[in-house]
Amino acid sequence: MLSIRNISKTFNPGTVNEKKALDNLSLELKEGDFVTVIGGNGAGKSTLLNAIAGVYPVDKGKIFADRIDVTRLPEFKRASFLGRVFQDPMMGTSPDMLIEENLALAARRGQRRTLKWGITEVERENYREMLKRLNLGLEDRLSTKVGLLSGGQRQALTLLMAVIKKPKVLLLDEHTAALDPKTAAKVLEISDQVVNENRLTTMMVTHNMRDAIAHGNRLIMMNAGRIVVDVSGEEKKNLTVKDLMDMFSSASGSDEANDVLLLSGKNA
Amino acid sequence: MSFFTSLLNATPGAVAQGLVWGIMALGVYLTYRIMHIADLTVDGSIATGGAVCVMLIRAGINPIVAMLVTLAVGALAGLITALLHTKCGIPDILAGILTQLSLYSINLRIMGGKANQTVSVDKYNLLISQRYVRAMNLTNPIPLLLLLIVITIAAMYWFFGTEKGCSIRATGTNPNMARAQGINTKNDIIIGLMISNALVAFSGGLLAQYQGASDINMGRGAIVIGLAAVVIGEGVLKKISGNFALRLLGVVIGAIIYYLVLQITLQLGLNTNDLKLISAMIVAAFLAVPYWTKKNAKGGKNA
Ligand SMILES: Nc1ncnc2c1ncn2[C@@H]1O[C@H](COP(=O)(O)OP(=O)(O)O)[C@@H](O)[C@H]1O
Ligand SMILES: [Mg+2]
Repeated sequence: MLSIRNISKTFNPGTVNEKKALDNLSLELKEGDFVTVIGGNGAGKSTLLNAIAGVYPVDKGKIFADRIDVTRLPEFKRASFLGRVFQDPMMGTSPDMLIEENLALAARRGQRRTLKWGITEVERENYREMLKRLNLGLEDRLSTKVGLLSGGQRQALTLLMAVIKKPKVLLLDEHTAALDPKTAAKVLEISDQVVNENRLTTMMVTHNMRDAIAHGNRLIMMNAGRIVVDVSGEEKKNLTVKDLMDMFSSASGSDEANDVLLLSGKNA
Repeated sequence: MSFFTSLLNATPGAVAQGLVWGIMALGVYLTYRIMHIADLTVDGSIATGGAVCVMLIRAGINPIVAMLVTLAVGALAGLITALLHTKCGIPDILAGILTQLSLYSINLRIMGGKANQTVSVDKYNLLISQRYVRAMNLTNPIPLLLLLIVITIAAMYWFFGTEKGCSIRATGTNPNMARAQGINTKNDIIIGLMISNALVAFSGGLLAQYQGASDINMGRGAIVIGLAAVVIGEGVLKKISGNFALRLLGVVIGAIIYYLVLQITLQLGLNTNDLKLISAMIVAAFLAVPYWTKKNAKGGKNA
């Protein structure tokens, strides 16, 4: 479904701020794979997801979606087969627009935007149904401005927008990290629900090792722009947080990084 | 003459001017409030609209056709700024300044190298003229201006409710989200700037007819007047801001209030040379007051 072959990305090349964020990284996702992604701060997790989404071009390597080479496709064109939710709840929605307008924007992803006016009653009914299943009381607030919603509500809405067109790949970048623990759990539960309902191929970056173990069928750990651990199936199911930390310190060879991961794992 | 009778006499003129500038202010609202871009092209494109309109009418072209051409040249000016910004990576404000500056030379060429070209209502069948602003019949410019305002607001209300219009609004408020939803944000910026400057140049064409002349400096400070209309309109209509069409109407009302306030200050004895200073002060005041009241409200909560 998604095939990443030997991609590299260096920020600010040739300057003192040069930073190699992705280092000859390869990854194959099968259809229906739900991969959780962990790794210390600056490991390159967001860069990987952004490279897949086309936020910036990669320096080297190729990216295929469903065997189509998308390496040179601009971000807005890749959106037709991607769904994305960001860490910042402000980033995924338009605050000045109504809930239904945001959903309609997402529902027309990958289509030409025409001069057709408004939102039909059929669409509205459909949105209401989808919102109802979130259990956040948003189904009665279609004409509320999104700017008035809480962070958790906005993330849940962004999630709906991301999956409304049944994307080939869903990219979740620490999408619960900015939420309080209760809301985070709720949004995570909704994520599981929509991924399962739609059988979506998913990559979910998380800071929380317990979540990384509990969700998905495969887990990868990144360090310094590379994938250093890749487990799936039974092996993944039997992982413990301690296993992960041991793997991390042996892969990175650094206790400091271990502390970072441990701390953030406890916080999130 | 007493202060009030002279103010009353000046009111029809202020209303007409406010309506002419109101169309321009709707263009500024589009860039400033919907696209979140401070587009400085407008100081140039309003004068381009005036220059093109006057020269075409002097060449014997029907004023209605001339006005349609102002829409096109305005859109072209917006396109230049948009291309400088989206294709050449120049920051939006600077891109606007560059276009504005080049339009100064271009406007001079359009006007045959003269800084000023007249178009007399005696000689040409102009759509509107200042001369009839107190006339009690259909030569009065105000009914036609009102009609144009209604058409503009209706067109904007319709357009920003379409799929394309919604996509432009999303590009304006959250370009990251827009791209993630498959929107070509650069294209949207181009369309938005073209529509905005088309409106601005159209307003320039109306202004030139109204005054009976186009002037190379007629657009100087136009962006400030446009912003004044936007912020005054929002300040006045804060309570009923919900509906988009009403907000657009508020911008036009803002432009009228601006010209009324200007008339009052002139009646109070300030002279026309002080106009720019007064304009800037009005805008600064209307921008500062909401900021201060918000700050005080916050302080009050904490205390
Ligand atoms: N747009 C950017 N410009 C410059 N450096 C960046 C940019 N994005 C990320 N980086 C750097 O690349 C490295 C990887 O960042 P990132 O992918 O965000 O890490 P993670 O998401 O794993 O915490 C970091 O050192 C970060 O500072
Ligand atoms: Mg990150």
